[in-house]
Amino acid sequence: MSGLQGPDPNERARPQGKRNEQGFRIDPEAAAEPETRRTVISALVENEPGVLAKVSGLFSRRQFNIESLTVGTTEDEELSRITLVVEESDPGIEQVEKQLAKVIPVISVRELADDAVQRELVILKVNGGSQPDKVQAVTEMYDGTTLDAGPRTITVQITGDEQKINDAIDAFRQFGIREIARTGQAALARGERWTAATEGSQATEGAKGTYADDD
Amino acid sequence: MSGDGATPVSPNTETDRGDDAAEHDETDRTEVQTGASAVIRALENAGVRYAFGVQGGAIMPVYDALYDSAIDHITMAHEQGAVHAATAYGTVTGDPGVCMATSGPGATNLVTGIADANMDSEPLLALTGQVPTDFVGNDAFQETDTVGVTRPITKANYFSSSPDTVGGDVSEAFGLAKMGRQGPTLVDLPKDVTQGETDADPGGPTTPGTYNPAEEADQAAVERAAERFAQAERPVILAGGGVMKADACEQLYEFATEFEVPVVTTMPAIGAFPEDHELSLSWAGMHGTGYANMAITMTDCMLAVGTRFDDRLTGGIDTFAPDADIIHADIDPAEISKNVHADYPLVGDAKAVFEQFHAAMPQAPEADEWLEQVAQWKDEYPMDYEMDEDGPIKPQFVVEVVDAATADDTIVTTGVGQHQMWASQYWTYTKPRTWVSSHGLGTMGYGLPAAIGARIAADDDQQVVCFDGDGSFLMTCQELSVAVREELDITVFVLNNAAIGMVRQWQDAFYEQRRMASEYPWMPAFDKLAEAFGARGFRIESYDEVEETVQEALDYEGPSIVDVFIDPEENVYPMVPSGGDNGLFALSEDQL
Repeated sequence: MSGLQGPDPNERARPQGKRNEQGFRIDPEAAAEPETRRTVISALVENEPGVLAKVSGLFSRRQFNIESLTVGTTEDEELSRITLVVEESDPGIEQVEKQLAKVIPVISVRELADDAVQRELVILKVNGGSQPDKVQAVTEMYDGTTLDAGPRTITVQITGDEQKINDAIDAFRQFGIREIARTGQAALARGERWTAATEGSQATEGAKGTYADDD
Repeated sequence: MSGDGATPVSPNTETDRGDDAAEHDETDRTEVQTGASAVIRALENAGVRYAFGVQGGAIMPVYDALYDSAIDHITMAHEQGAVHAATAYGTVTGDPGVCMATSGPGATNLVTGIADANMDSEPLLALTGQVPTDFVGNDAFQETDTVGVTRPITKANYFSSSPDTVGGDVSEAFGLAKMGRQGPTLVDLPKDVTQGETDADPGGPTTPGTYNPAEEADQAAVERAAERFAQAERPVILAGGGVMKADACEQLYEFATEFEVPVVTTMPAIGAFPEDHELSLSWAGMHGTGYANMAITMTDCMLAVGTRFDDRLTGGIDTFAPDADIIHADIDPAEISKNVHADYPLVGDAKAVFEQFHAAMPQAPEADEWLEQVAQWKDEYPMDYEMDEDGPIKPQFVVEVVDAATADDTIVTTGVGQHQMWASQYWTYTKPRTWVSSHGLGTMGYGLPAAIGARIAADDDQQVVCFDGDGSFLMTCQELSVAVREELDITVFVLNNAAIGMVRQWQDAFYEQRRMASEYPWMPAFDKLAEAFGARGFRIESYDEVEETVQEALDYEGPSIVDVFIDPEENVYPMVPSGGDNGLFALSEDQL
């Protein structure tokens, strides 16, 4: 009985390799941070109380970088669709999808392709009462609609993808923007492809419990 | 111990404890008349025999329904004791343990234990009372948003909304706790819901249609992985807690012994592979064996099953098995490539995956040199400690003496800290489900209530011992009253160093020996405390008392506490510092 014995740390056999922070084996000389990218994830969930709390709690707990989250009912009154815009590295996006799929009332989850149909709605209230024609011109330029016009303020709605909304907001700044309400992105896959669907709709690939083996 | 949870045990069959369950017959079975009796019927239908809990206002209707049931309720001193006992019951039996508490403080007292079960994927069902639905949200007496509080620490939780559906909620919560990746579930029971009338039978355990964990892994993926593993020059198996949870220990044994692959376990998987087998390297990680840490560092191909690559196992990710192709099998797809990238991902149940993998192996890896190397590491880094017969008692010696004095299938529970590490390092575990501890959450105070739950779950002839620390024991020692009242034969060894020893060890190593709030200048006499509770108390102060007193305490049929005065300066080694390199484990403080 003489205590722990054995070669000192500096006398031991050593491995050759190294991993990066994501646990990938890398060339020790060329470790690089993974690049993040922006993508849209759609989830079909059961329309029951607490689902949104579960999903949003998940994102704060796991520190996922969520840019927008929308939720609304679907063609089936028992189901809701959650649309997320996330900015994460590839492993991060994979984790978002898997963690989301683990939430019990979540039926299916899918990352949408770049060509997905995406729309956001913004309601803008500007100080344009003194120059309604100019406000109208900018609104028309962005295919918007005037919702309310008063002696001092005009309220308009614009719909479009994120870039168009951002451009429109910039264009309205000249009048002085009082308030903005944005909905966040809603999105569906383009063409005949399914977005994130139920088992019956033949679109279960990538749904719960399966692992996307892209190799 | 009934490891096979596939067949629910009827609550009306005679129990191991041979107590009042036998008095009830089929006609005594709870009639479904209220939401509360539906809750109890759901538990009966699931084969539940024991529930651990504490009474209280909002849960009273459920307890009232329990009055007519064959389910045996163990009244605990504190709700934390109830949840730990239920968790340990789940660890030993493989079936969800059930705990009950009232609303507000009852429910919040469960939180630590629910979080503990969540981190260790332990099957657990928690039932909490809630204020009547009309009062919810009004800050009523003893109201807490229990569903909100426990959302991030449960696999699923439910707020029951109707007497007609509450039984079904409990059946689903029970089913989910056990199926797939196991974990804790909770059903919050508003008093008007449990008091309300219904005759809806809840049926047996179910799971929702949205929950479909994979059973078998993708066959082509298994074949690719097996092909790679067969080519390995330095293969190792890393068995995690999922192997135990899936009752896949036999499959692990058959695989490892047929293909001659060394086996390293994680801490929760201690006992999944017999530690006295020559292929066993015991467990790896922060305080794992030197040879296990060398093996997982130098391997070129690791078959990791049912592990989540916790940081206490991996150390720094940058230096974790850096030369290895990782084959990672887990039932939870979210664990694949979460912490360590999986070169060969396999999603499936550990038992099924081992069987598939076994069948798919084209041949055994040619690894004679590696096996020699591993054997050499076992010689080079034996687990050992310094011992001076005239000096203070070494805790490792006490662990070895108790191990030698007990049967192979003895269940060991622990608190959290240095004593936990010694109990895991110096006891040779050879049977599954005999190591019951708090891993991921590191919950001090786990040991005694866990011993109570384990005692109730264990076979009558199976011994249950608890190693605790003085700090850990003080956190839940009130549960001794339960052990005495229920006449439970458990023996608790308090390895007493009058300190929060693990913190003191870290202060010495990393905080320039500034021992802030880690040493206790005064400790109660635990042997006398035991006697005050009605248990037997023993004290060991020198080496010549160890063997005799240990035997005397073990022989006592009932709860006993052995206060063991250990060397207060003894530390836990080997040690990989937090975020460190497993291959550079320190054998003593000067190597940190």
